[in-house]
Amino acid sequence: MQYWQQSWVAFSTILTKEIRRFTRIWPQTLLPPAITMALYFVIFGNLIGSRIGEMGGFRYIDYIVPGLIMMSVITNSYSNVVSSFFSTKFQRSIEELMVAPVSPHVVLLGYTFGGVARGLMVGCIVTLTSLFFTRLQVQHIGLTVAVVLLTSLVFSLGGFINAVFARTFDDISIVPTFVLTPLTYLGGVFYSISLLPPFWQAVSQVNPILHMVNAFRYGILGVSDIPIATALVIMALFTLILYSLSYWLLVRGTGLRQ
Amino acid sequence: MSAAIRIRGLEKTYGTGMRALKGIDLEVREGDFFALLGPNGAGKSTTIGILSSLVNKSSGEVSIFGLDIDRELLAAKRCIGVVPQEFNFSQFEKVMDILVSQAGYYGIPLARAKERAEHYLKRLGLWDKRDVPSRMLSGGMKRRLMIARALIHEPRLLILDEPTAGVDIEIRRSMWQFLQEINAQGITIVLTTHYLEEAEQLCKHIAIIDQGRIIHNTSMRELLKELHVETFLLDVRQSLSAAPALGEYPCKVVDEHTLEVQVDKSQSLNALFAALSEAGLEVASLRNKSNRLEELFLALVDENAEKRGA
Repeated sequence: MQYWQQSWVAFSTILTKEIRRFTRIWPQTLLPPAITMALYFVIFGNLIGSRIGEMGGFRYIDYIVPGLIMMSVITNSYSNVVSSFFSTKFQRSIEELMVAPVSPHVVLLGYTFGGVARGLMVGCIVTLTSLFFTRLQVQHIGLTVAVVLLTSLVFSLGGFINAVFARTFDDISIVPTFVLTPLTYLGGVFYSISLLPPFWQAVSQVNPILHMVNAFRYGILGVSDIPIATALVIMALFTLILYSLSYWLLVRGTGLRQ
Repeated sequence: MSAAIRIRGLEKTYGTGMRALKGIDLEVREGDFFALLGPNGAGKSTTIGILSSLVNKSSGEVSIFGLDIDRELLAAKRCIGVVPQEFNFSQFEKVMDILVSQAGYYGIPLARAKERAEHYLKRLGLWDKRDVPSRMLSGGMKRRLMIARALIHEPRLLILDEPTAGVDIEIRRSMWQFLQEINAQGITIVLTTHYLEEAEQLCKHIAIIDQGRIIHNTSMRELLKELHVETFLLDVRQSLSAAPALGEYPCKVVDEHTLEVQVDKSQSLNALFAALSEAGLEVASLRNKSNRLEELFLALVDENAEKRGA
């Protein structure tokens, strides 16, 4: 019992510290997504969207809102953990945790949920911003929440693994720039894959972000290009694999202990 | 008395192939104030790194208060507080937040963590800096903050790696006093330092490590008994142009009014003063050329280097 109580205090300490960190620097963490997404809504939604017409049976702006929310959740969950954990390594304050009797599970969960907290907070901010441009009617609330949580978890864990291996500040921007951004743009945020030729539709299925965006869109609008069960299984599998890998790296002390 | 630290056959080879520790055996008794001395690169920080879980050992056994770090790591960690050589806290966090967070990692609830933080910040003269970001502190304050952080979970063993490096003499002395007080309260202290005067003043036992091996491990008193020759600097009132004849005391002129004299343990200072009077020299003051332990330390390290043909 005492172990669980102590672990809970340690977990909430890491999580509180993480939330305090990203709220303290809100002009760098919370404000930019609101501005960027407002621009997406104005340009792609209102100006260009009005000429595109309908997509998947919805106005174009309504169609892209779920994808844009997911895009901000993915980017912010990932970047919160990668930058926070790498900075902790860089300043060597990670040693505060390494000398303490904190289980690797607690360290991992603390940082991961820090990323989830920022991802969800930014997701809420973007959702509120979208209400200035469109009306959201959530079709499946439980599914919507589950998908956004799982997605945020997956990318927080991804950010953690990136931070473990990173040696310089350049290393923490490579994956977001060259992997995450292309996968997100090609992950059905702005279009339905039914517009693509069959070959590219098949290729798109390999992109996990496509499944996440579509599952989230299904939760809000009730339409999806892919089966929801497959999307949930993929997200659960990614969470499991990335968590196991992160835990193994932490226990081994990769990038932390000589 | 039980062992606070017991190390058997500890070895560490880094990824580069460098063998930092070559089979160390060491025991630190509970309640001791123990110095681990050695030249740069001797293996002090690696040993401390392994004790504090910051470095993985290659082989050997380490236990803290009987808790094997391979089998009961979390329990062993609970007993240790570590003050590292380099500042390793977030530069952006406030002093109070650093301490409260550290307490949280040990599972200490917030209210108790704040009480303890207040206690240690007051004892270490940092209470008025509690809301200041740590980067705004002076070097001495940062060192004291690391000591407060290491004590926040009330460990039984405090390990300090060069705790007074870069600290002015006044703060260094107040830190010595503080460390002696907490040692008197029962906390075992292990210290590495480059200030041998510090080790001599504070420590009851001492181990000297060189090239990854313990070359000496004894009590401070026993170690100082091994010192055969001490070198004194004498300030004399007369002008010196050449070294005076002082019989069996080898001497040389340092400057016009300073004379360097070597005194063997078997010789007495009274006889030296008699020889000085005979030479017509009046001594105004006398001091050790270097710290006694420093002379012995250098002699032991040189001896080890000769033995190993270094």
